Amino acid sequence: MSVDLGMPGVWAPKGAAQTSGHGAHPADPLRWGPTFPEAAAEALGDRQLRRNLARATSTIRGKRAAVVGEVTDWEELRDAGRAIKTRVMAELPELLLQLEEQVTARGGTVHWARDAAEANRIVADLVKATGETEVVKVKSMATQEIGLNEALAEEGIEAVETDLAELIVQLAGDMPSHILVPAIHRSRAEIREIFLARMDDVPRELSDAPAELAEAARLHLRRTFLRAKVAISGANFAVAETGTLAVVESEGNGRMCLTLPETLITVMGIEKLVPTWRDLEVFLQLLPRSSTGERMNPYTSMWTGVTKGDGPQAFHLVLLDNGRTRALADDVGRAALHCIRCSACLNVCPVYERVGGHAYGSVYPGPIGAILTPQLTGAAGHGDPGSSLPYASTLCGACYDVCPVKIDIPALLVDLRARQVDGDRRRILPGAWDVAMRGASWAMSSAKRFAPAARSARLGRLLARDGKIRSVPFPGSLWTRSRDLPAPPEETFRDWWSRTRGDGDEA
Amino acid sequence: MRIALLATCIGEAMFPRAPRATVELLERLGHEVVYPQGQACCGQMHVNTGYFTEALPVIRNHVEAFEPVLDGAWDAVVVPSGSCTGSIRHQQAMVASRLGDEALATRAARVADRTYELSELLVDVLGTVDVGAYFPHRVTLHPTCHSLRMIRVGDRPQRLLRAVEDLELVDLPSAETCCGFGGTFSLKNAPTSTAMLEDKVAAIRSTGAEVVTAGDYSCLMHIGGGLSREGAGVTTMHLAEILASTRETPAAVGGAW
Ligand code: SF4
Repeated sequence: MSVDLGMPGVWAPKGAAQTSGHGAHPADPLRWGPTFPEAAAEALGDRQLRRNLARATSTIRGKRAAVVGEVTDWEELRDAGRAIKTRVMAELPELLLQLEEQVTARGGTVHWARDAAEANRIVADLVKATGETEVVKVKSMATQEIGLNEALAEEGIEAVETDLAELIVQLAGDMPSHILVPAIHRSRAEIREIFLARMDDVPRELSDAPAELAEAARLHLRRTFLRAKVAISGANFAVAETGTLAVVESEGNGRMCLTLPETLITVMGIEKLVPTWRDLEVFLQLLPRSSTGERMNPYTSMWTGVTKGDGPQAFHLVLLDNGRTRALADDVGRAALHCIRCSACLNVCPVYERVGGHAYGSVYPGPIGAILTPQLTGAAGHGDPGSSLPYASTLCGACYDVCPVKIDIPALLVDLRARQVDGDRRRILPGAWDVAMRGASWAMSSAKRFAPAARSARLGRLLARDGKIRSVPFPGSLWTRSRDLPAPPEETFRDWWSRTRGDGDEA
Repeated sequence: MRIALLATCIGEAMFPRAPRATVELLERLGHEVVYPQGQACCGQMHVNTGYFTEALPVIRNHVEAFEPVLDGAWDAVVVPSGSCTGSIRHQQAMVASRLGDEALATRAARVADRTYELSELLVDVLGTVDVGAYFPHRVTLHPTCHSLRMIRVGDRPQRLLRAVEDLELVDLPSAETCCGFGGTFSLKNAPTSTAMLEDKVAAIRSTGAEVVTAGDYSCLMHIGGGLSREGAGVTTMHLAEILASTRETPAAVGGAW
């Protein structure tokens, strides 16, 4: 979804962890950088970034809350959204075939891609067949996920992003750090610098006023729009019953891409389906309010196959799996495929707000990234940075409350943690956590063992001064480096109960 | 009523003042409190860290300890913790069933149906908002994530606090934002956890409150850890401790916990 939130605020200079730097695109857009704890620790060093992320996310949170509050049947809409998506996952094979049939009957061509490499190959060949070496792009997460721009560049095809924030990210050679506002980590001053350095047609006296920056981008893009013969888009929805594709956006650049060129290639994750036209009614209410905090997005473009004499005369739909069937096979994890990429969960997440998007090492950051990325990549084991993502949350539940399709993100995180732990059970040597958790399980599954264990906490009193403990050895030092611990009590609750009320169950 | 108490593992070992206050409060209101001796822990820590297999015996022990509530031995189970109540209600049966023990899942769900977090028990089951407490201090409330969003206690804690004689309740800015504890998150992602805690502590200090209260000692252990490190001079107290305080035996205030 492409939107205009105004210019991306007054963004501060990013920390080292916040940018991959020009030309340093990761080989796998779903798996780059160090583990989450390492990347987050580095990002936290940039206090300016934290302040600005806090300001930006709180603004969008407020907007969302206001427009969601107006809708009297919001909870019913969320239930409907969840129910439709649950049905889609249950009937996905049939619905996909129906979609293919409808798109084909209306003059489009459907391609199936198992993974990123296949999808990129298909798109590159389609572009080459037109003889063009330049394509315009509508902001799309699916093409970010497969690294399409870089793959096309290797084939000598230049892909130009037309969404303002996406263009900034592209010009800077960055990775996106937010689903909706991919340049959320860039300051206005930086954006000005990026434009001056990378656009050949900007006036030297360009200021960092949002209106001027937007105008510069508009002029830069207009020439590209007028000469582009091929456009590439994603899709927010595809209606199986009619073969209709839908893109919602705020800027109107998407509309230009979808209508002006001769050839349109749409790359869509296979989960983006809705069964019937009528189902769109639910999502077109849920998405803009959750996403940009708008009652209705300014542009909703829908197209069905090819219409003679109107819009692109060649239409290709690339249906992308890239790990989705793996997620679908998991009865809990598949709920992550219900996501409509509104980004509301990022904006309310207290972890995202403090560490920013790049710490997640995936084009899908924040709470949705933490449940989707490891499933798409099949992350397993400690060697994979993606396996740290399910732990990148306090399980505070703010994401679940705002999710327009009611994905129980905390429950999915817990489930993914369990799969991580179970995957590690095959290791010959258990890790420190395994040992600790097994010991605790033994101690906490019987009062006979737990009572003396609880009593032994009293030993901690030896470490205390003035009722607090300021430092303990590893791993407790992970706590006491920044927080004190209370001195344990002299008497456990059980002992107090026995002393004051006797031993039996009865008072 | 006869009410069985789950002291919680952290209440048992680190913060007995919370279950003690729960006992004193309920007895003062004329109820009989029972302490089932077989209890240990609800299993939350294991579940949330992904150790389902290790959680199972802990859950089984909990269910066995509290199952008499189903035979009418007690009228209800009370828990002075939103997150333990949440785990009992939303995780115990799920884990048992995921590991193939459907019988345990059913039993766990039935015990969970009779289990209440303290403010729920007071307001919904006992129908009391004014518990006759006296606490002449300036207090702010951290509503806690699991109380708010997992078991949805709503404004029950606020209503109970507002009815306390001489208590001045002040709003906490960004009250609904997580304090950064998150169980093992506080260790696995210590710097991020601390960044969240710093903001929570700053919000608490901005209220000028003498006491920050919550319905969960796990959050209070974390918040108190930050307040103590900063030497903020704000005391953390469980909701039960404030509600147990009376003119005759007023609760003492001081120290971080
Ligand atoms: S998980 Fe829910 S809240 Fe997050 S982006 Fe997807 S639809 Fe939006």
